[in-house]
Amino acid sequence: MSLYEIIGGILIIIGAAFLFLGGLGILRMPDVYNRLQAGTKATTMGAMSLILGVGVVKMEDSWTWIVKMSIIIIFIAISNPISSHALARAMYRRKRYPFIKSSDKNMDAYREIIEKEEKDEKTVMNDQ
Amino acid sequence: MIYIFYITIVLLALGMLFAIIRFIKGPTAGDRTVALDTMTTIIVAGLVIMSAVFDRFIYADVALIYSVLGFIGVIVIARYLEGAL
Amino acid sequence: MSYLVYIIGFLLLVLIGAAVYAVRQRDLLYAVIATGVISLALTGLFVILQAPDVALTEAAIGVALTTIIFIITIRNTVRFEDEKDKK
Repeated sequence: MSLYEIIGGILIIIGAAFLFLGGLGILRMPDVYNRLQAGTKATTMGAMSLILGVGVVKMEDSWTWIVKMSIIIIFIAISNPISSHALARAMYRRKRYPFIKSSDKNMDAYREIIEKEEKDEKTVMNDQ
Repeated sequence: MIYIFYITIVLLALGMLFAIIRFIKGPTAGDRTVALDTMTTIIVAGLVIMSAVFDRFIYADVALIYSVLGFIGVIVIARYLEGAL
Repeated sequence: MSYLVYIIGFLLLVLIGAAVYAVRQRDLLYAVIATGVISLALTGLFVILQAPDVALTEAAIGVALTTIIFIITIRNTVRFEDEKDKK
């Protein structure tokens, strides 16, 4: 085994382990937001590491592999957080609030803003 | 080198199996959409592994297209759930 | 290359399971998400069966266009098949 195959193999195993842990976390976590955390961040890291590992393994044959793998890594790094953010905002707007103890009201400051906006809209509608 | 691919494929299949279980069990629409997003990322990694196993450079284009377009469906479902589509 | 048989079998099980789920589900939004899973498994199957051009077309159409068209259809009609399914 050459040096490229050893380094690339280690990167591939790390990436596969992160993808497996992302799948496990999406099964075990209790809340939508925790599942988003496990199912998007961990799998993004795992996919980036695995694709970089494949590029490194193929590097001793030709340099064209690592260029295409870099393009795939860039697109994953752009597109995965967009979908995660859109989904989290949609679930928050549907009033599926994260689980917070009632003494820690300061942790969820954004909820007060949304409730205040809804109250304002309701009063405006009542005025009309 | 081929044993690394075996281990990788088994781990990816297990992760996808867990996502499928969450897809069947998930109580709300958000859980199922999260499972779909996770499965998309796992399939992209699996396509890259498959292109490395077959040693065909052109097979990685499918993974490229999937990583470019894969988030559009999730965004459309999220905008529908938000009520702003 | 005999291990490819197991991958093909796994993807076929996912494909058939998602198709049965999409047909039997009463909530049409969940059926649309199951359609995305069908497209996912079908793309992996086409790549393993050495047809990358068909897989490119399936990835472009199945994941983006089908979902958008079905979601717009649900938006303009109803989400539930029956009124008593609404929770």
